[in-house]
Amino acid sequence: MSVSLSQDDVLKVASLSRLKLSEAEVNSLGQQMGSVLKYIAMLDELNTDAIEPMAHAIEISNVFREDELQTSLPREKALSNAPQTDGNYFLVPAIL
Amino acid sequence: MDYTVIIGLEVHVQLQTRTKLFCGCSTKFNPDHPNTQTCPVCLGLPGALPVLNREAFHLGMKTGLAINCEIPAFTKWDRKQYYYPDLPKAYQISQYDLPMSQNGWLEIELDPETREKKKIGIIRAHLEEDAGKNSHDESGRGQDSKVDLNRCGTPLIEIVSEPDLRSAQEARTYLEELKLLLTYIDVSDCNMQEGSLRCDANVNLHVHQANGETVPTPIVEIKNLNSFRGVEQAIEYEVQRQWKHWQETGLSLKDVPKETRGWDADRGVTLEQRGKEDAADYRYFPDPDLAPVTVTDAERERVSQELCERPADRRARFEESYQLSVYDAAVIIDQGLAVADYFETVAESCGNGKQAANWVTQDVLRELNERGLDISKFPIQPDVLAALLQKVNAEEITIKSGRTVFQELLNYPEGVPGIEQIQNIIEDKGLALVSDTGELDSIVQAVVDKNEKAVADFQSGKQAALGALIGQVMREIKGADPKAVRELFIAKMS
Amino acid sequence: MSITSATASELLAKMNSGEISSEEITSACLDEISRRDGSINAFLSVQQEAALEKAREVDRKRKAGKPLGKLAGLPVALKDNICSEGVTTTCASKMLEHFVPPYDAHIVEQLKAADAVLIGKTNLDEFAMGSSTENSAFKTTTNPWNTAYAAGGSSGGSAAAVSAGFAPLALGSDTGGSIRQPASFCGVVGLKPTYGRVSRYGLVAFASSLDQIGPFARDVTDAALILGTIAGKDRRDTTSLDAAVPEYTSTLEQPLKNLKVGYIELLHEEGLHAEVKEATLRALDVYKSLGAEMVPITLPHAKYCVATYYIIAPSEASSNLARYDGVHYGYRAPHFENMIDMYAASRGEAFGDEVKRRIMLGTYALSSGYYDAYYLKALKVRRLIRNDFEQAFQSVDIIATPVTPTPAFTIGELVDDPLAMYLADIFTTSANLSGIPGISIPAGMSKNNLPIGLQLLAPPLEEERLLRAARMFERETDWHLKRPV
Repeated sequence: MSVSLSQDDVLKVASLSRLKLSEAEVNSLGQQMGSVLKYIAMLDELNTDAIEPMAHAIEISNVFREDELQTSLPREKALSNAPQTDGNYFLVPAIL
Repeated sequence: MDYTVIIGLEVHVQLQTRTKLFCGCSTKFNPDHPNTQTCPVCLGLPGALPVLNREAFHLGMKTGLAINCEIPAFTKWDRKQYYYPDLPKAYQISQYDLPMSQNGWLEIELDPETREKKKIGIIRAHLEEDAGKNSHDESGRGQDSKVDLNRCGTPLIEIVSEPDLRSAQEARTYLEELKLLLTYIDVSDCNMQEGSLRCDANVNLHVHQANGETVPTPIVEIKNLNSFRGVEQAIEYEVQRQWKHWQETGLSLKDVPKETRGWDADRGVTLEQRGKEDAADYRYFPDPDLAPVTVTDAERERVSQELCERPADRRARFEESYQLSVYDAAVIIDQGLAVADYFETVAESCGNGKQAANWVTQDVLRELNERGLDISKFPIQPDVLAALLQKVNAEEITIKSGRTVFQELLNYPEGVPGIEQIQNIIEDKGLALVSDTGELDSIVQAVVDKNEKAVADFQSGKQAALGALIGQVMREIKGADPKAVRELFIAKMS
Repeated sequence: MSITSATASELLAKMNSGEISSEEITSACLDEISRRDGSINAFLSVQQEAALEKAREVDRKRKAGKPLGKLAGLPVALKDNICSEGVTTTCASKMLEHFVPPYDAHIVEQLKAADAVLIGKTNLDEFAMGSSTENSAFKTTTNPWNTAYAAGGSSGGSAAAVSAGFAPLALGSDTGGSIRQPASFCGVVGLKPTYGRVSRYGLVAFASSLDQIGPFARDVTDAALILGTIAGKDRRDTTSLDAAVPEYTSTLEQPLKNLKVGYIELLHEEGLHAEVKEATLRALDVYKSLGAEMVPITLPHAKYCVATYYIIAPSEASSNLARYDGVHYGYRAPHFENMIDMYAASRGEAFGDEVKRRIMLGTYALSSGYYDAYYLKALKVRRLIRNDFEQAFQSVDIIATPVTPTPAFTIGELVDDPLAMYLADIFTTSANLSGIPGISIPAGMSKNNLPIGLQLLAPPLEEERLLRAARMFERETDWHLKRPV
């Protein structure tokens, strides 16, 4: 496990996370993430080769709903929290 | 030219459920009423949670089994993460390392003449949710893009083939066979106009060099293929482009990462697409909001029991059992399950497969076409058509009269005509075959008497004159047996 | 005892006897809030009118002898990461400052059906990420026992509201200790149920496989009362468990026979405050005096809990919070160059430091090349941690531990040292990782007159056992009767 994060590493992760960071944030995040990752590295002590990963706190399976229609939200409610709409659609800056 | 074309297809098919994959909103195609089929779940609102649609999983299993896949005992749900305005959670719930079906195949016929067949491997078929739809300003003035989330969350099955396809034509054939199969087993309507079947193609070339080495060119994924013709044309274009590119640059698979290109149907070219995510790092991980699904042998068995005969098998059986031509069998099968069932009912009850095929492929299909009808709405039920064909077979009426009855049945004013209507029409129209020479004799004599010139012509060797004379009798008695009339004329005029 | 310091069951009894009305209780709470919340900062919003209206409606129903819900007329405060239709739900984030959910969380439906009076939405660390409410974008909740100290977090507002007399009951969420730690700091009862016992539908997700809603109350009886109304299967939450909900209040007074209490050797616990250790040992003595058997247990992987937690929780958070991109709801930056820049600017401007830190950590742990080393590794260690508990519960009925290594810290003390803040979760994260229920009950006071809690843990779905064991302790002690001045 790597424990130090370069500025480039931080910027790459910030870009994946869609976070615009100030220079000060890039520096402090690099440091803070580095110290957390250093602490986390203690897991390396454990041999977990034969252990099944556990993604759920309580492991259950086969939970379904029936294919039955539920009432949808009226459009004005669906759009009610949107930063920008034309009353019919969500609007975003030109994608292309 | 010395290269082999390598193609693999990723096909997205919308499953025929009433509601979305993880919520109870309708899956109806409804682009004219944007954002009216959404709820907290498919809007990705904070706090909302997905719950798996049982029917979607069932249809997924049916699809997997129909394409000869293994259905593993354990499957789970993963989040595929990327940012795009049509994806409100900024992740798509999909399946990553443990898909619900894998390692299957689909057989296609390469050549109807030689009947050469080929098994196309299927790597996997997994369930996932669809995104919404963005519409862009085409004016180029940089207007805002619009987002409609009606489609968001619709269940899709993604079927990924092995790179076993060797030409654009093969790719098209594979896609057509897949579509036919999926509509047969009733998991999807595969309506390409509405986006129920979409295809991405991975294409590259294996260039065979003079020194005996084979070099693969960079892989290109072509997106936005939404017609069979588009698939064929885009691949043909891409093969030419890659070959030219190879000759110019000599760049191979090792030198260039996989590229994504979009098919521009209007210009007939593929164009480089800017990536949705700077580097495609989807950060898949198991979705903690959903439980895995386990499948038992019994469930697998139960779903395979539901599968009908696959179209390829049925095509072969039609040729075999009903002595159909390759062409007729293909035409009937390609019309879909309902037409094939219709044909088979007619063929079984009239006892003559070839005759049934003639009528179904010609008369029935023509009428369906002209009237823009689906077979389920066709007024002549298969048992009625069979009864009609039996009468033709038994020479109770002529083929021509048969067609008249067929038309009358089609125009029957009071709902769906029953078998008894056939007899009613025959009687009303006087279509019953009259071969009683006593009754015919006097009419033939009258015609001979009235048409001295025609009789003279015939006697001087003009065979054509006979036809006109027979026609006059047929007009008089609709059900007259033309063979008997002809013999009477010849006897009288010779 | 005054209205604002009484327990929910006392208030219910008084309402049923006609001694007091819900309107009077609700007004008393509202008065207390307007009088003192200026310094406590427990609430982000107070639904005064709606609360009074509901109180009057319940009073009318009660008078008319109509059937009433189990919480009829009792004010309940909700952590502001629980959606209620038409009520702004901010998660203490600039991102959702104006977000009004068009739907009710499952538990809000349950509370409404139980005729509870929803009085207001309480402060928290932004998106429930933190242990002090200092990460709230709007205000820092102070400890009602001493406003220089932190109320804890992330459900600090709910804990402080119950402690300060603003509401007899409150709900919070617990992802790594966010109910139990502030309960301990504020001297109230806080229960994290079994994962899946209470539906998460409508709880704004932080880390989905760890988040669980649970109650704050002034005693164990009240915690049992409200748990009974919110627990149970909800078909809208796949992970909610399909198991019958016992009548928790009906068995509460029955002591557990032959109780075996597991404990971990605390002598060598690094960084454990002497007063906390003392309170824990005293609590064990209480159980011993009740005839319980004390069984030393080992949880060999306990020391890996914080590391495991700080991989899994940020990873899930990075994904759960990706939806806040300024497109469908939430904050959109006023200035940007293009769509991608709009995303990054909106998120960069609207998220606070701790949220950014966790998103960054989580994105890193899930990214290509690091997934196996971090995320997958953590999922495997998680199983080892869970196995430790399974093993331990073979020989004991409950496990008793401290809740936190120290009593409440002062505001600002840890805010610049994220790792130190994370390490304070050492006793609480294991219950979330393993899915088991845990409760924090008042069990002592520090020399500085700050409460100290005791944590009890039980196997999955054994809330009834947990509550009875907690009640056994409560009957023998009077820590739960203490109120801040």
